[in-house]
Amino acid sequence: MSTRIVQGVPMPGWPMRIFKGLVLLIFCAVVIVPFVGVISTSVAPNKQINESGGLVLLPKSISFAAYESLFAGGVVTRALFVSIFVTIVGTLLSLTVSCLLAYALSRPSFVAGRPILLVVLFSMLFSPGIIPLYLTVKGVGLLDSIWALIVPTMISAFNVVVLRAFFMNLPNELTESARIDGAGELKTFTNIVLPLSKAVLSVIGLFYAVAYWNAFFSALLYLNDSKLWPLQLVLRTYVINDTQLGSAELGTELLPPQASIQMAILVVSIVPILIIYPFLQRHFAKGVLTGAVKG
Amino acid sequence: MLQRSKTRPQQQLSLGRRLLRDRVLLLFALPGVALIIAFHYVPLLGNMIAFKDYQPFLGINASDWSGWENFSVIFNGDPAFLRALKNTLILTSLQSIFVFPAPILLALLLNSLFSERIKRIAQSILYLPHFMSWVIVVALFQQMLGGSGLLNNYLRSHDLSTINIIGNSELFHVLLTSQIIWKDTGWATILFLAALSQIDSQLYEAASVDGASRMKQLWHVTLPGLRGIIILLFILRLGDSLTVGFEQIILQQQAVGRDISEVLDTYVYNNGVLGGAWGVAAAVGLVKGIVSVILVLTANKVAHIFGEQGVYQR
Repeated sequence: MSTRIVQGVPMPGWPMRIFKGLVLLIFCAVVIVPFVGVISTSVAPNKQINESGGLVLLPKSISFAAYESLFAGGVVTRALFVSIFVTIVGTLLSLTVSCLLAYALSRPSFVAGRPILLVVLFSMLFSPGIIPLYLTVKGVGLLDSIWALIVPTMISAFNVVVLRAFFMNLPNELTESARIDGAGELKTFTNIVLPLSKAVLSVIGLFYAVAYWNAFFSALLYLNDSKLWPLQLVLRTYVINDTQLGSAELGTELLPPQASIQMAILVVSIVPILIIYPFLQRHFAKGVLTGAVKG
Repeated sequence: MLQRSKTRPQQQLSLGRRLLRDRVLLLFALPGVALIIAFHYVPLLGNMIAFKDYQPFLGINASDWSGWENFSVIFNGDPAFLRALKNTLILTSLQSIFVFPAPILLALLLNSLFSERIKRIAQSILYLPHFMSWVIVVALFQQMLGGSGLLNNYLRSHDLSTINIIGNSELFHVLLTSQIIWKDTGWATILFLAALSQIDSQLYEAASVDGASRMKQLWHVTLPGLRGIIILLFILRLGDSLTVGFEQIILQQQAVGRDISEVLDTYVYNNGVLGGAWGVAAAVGLVKGIVSVILVLTANKVAHIFGEQGVYQR
């Protein structure tokens, strides 16, 4: 990426450069402004929100009343715990299962390597459909269980293929010498292969984590019990469908204006992504390209 | 990618011995394979309820076979099905025309920037929306363009007439398309930028020595360099052409009504999971899945005929 491919081309004239800069600026503004508005409104004082009739771009003063009422132990607090549990446990399980499978598939002499690889690859071509998937999840008794948000989506064939490609590219001498030193497959995997794969593990882990955090439809499909709802479903009910959040739902008598509560819920679901975004960004281009080139 | 290393002489061990030798690896592969089979291949088989008069209290196996009866909505052209098909086709055309080329143009713009720093800052801003869930994207659009959103509040405070965008069925397809552009255009530039960085810079130098203008270079050097990736992504897009944003639409369906918002996936969900017409919904889902696979295979074949690589090779 570092080589500049426009070498040998004269700098374009000023009008062209200003035009390009303007287009880029507009693009970026369209992406950024909604986030700024939402974050500002969540901390803006009542009076300013009422005056503006809704979104505030620059808060005059900062108040965290909306967040205090969200974290008072009501619906949103519970949903936050569900989402955090699903994301952390789900990501760990996904990574474990995917890495084990990918490692087995990356061993050149593995007896079942070819048939299993075909099973993995073919699963990417067909999607089973909503109805049979729902009936399967119902059949194994996961309906209305928090595990319905984790187990059916635990493994992504695409991620397995990316991991396998990475493991296969590791220098063969290392695993061979481990074997000569008497290490079994498990030792080779945990002591040699995993430590060398930190970069790809963090990319795949982050991709899994974002998917779990953002999952909305699996919760809508499999969970009737609103006690198990993750943050995304709460967001839909109270922000998009505009259901009023009363003191019964929030578990507190202190009620800031709906607009700032709604925006605060939105912020709570955005911030974790913003926190891991720099890490994602450092690795993802590499991760995506490994998948695209090798997969 | 299916190649074994051929340099290693194949050991003449019996299958049983090789299975025994690889027992740890088999154990490693087991959980992942079990999950893929349980939640991919078993549901694939579960599609047989499309040929059954499914009764939830009987279960799939005990329900009676009903032949092609469930498919009659498709063959006889049930109005609700045709409505879903029509909306799906409209949305998929809008996406092919407006969503597909957007990242190509943006990648060309980013690639032509001289300052690496500005490029990097722009990229980190533009990639961000991709990681937001559809719930967040829809909520953000509401806050910006809704009845009491930023745009309309601004218009109101300046005594201008407000514009009804969210919940307006006439603009619904446009709204959906612009949401996808907002969410994924930046992210989709990654593959095009990678392809652009692979183009040999000597080609540009040679072209400019020959007196080719910047437009000519774009046409004769840059675009041919992107052709492979454009064709590959278009094939994948074609395979997805009956899938037009299920979560996105489910979230906004209430506001505009089903006439304009029902697509094949929401038809399956609304009639099956919510409406209890399991067999019919599964039949529609199954036909949709089969058509999608046929589309990908056909497009890939066409790409091969024109000498392109496509998604996979023979």
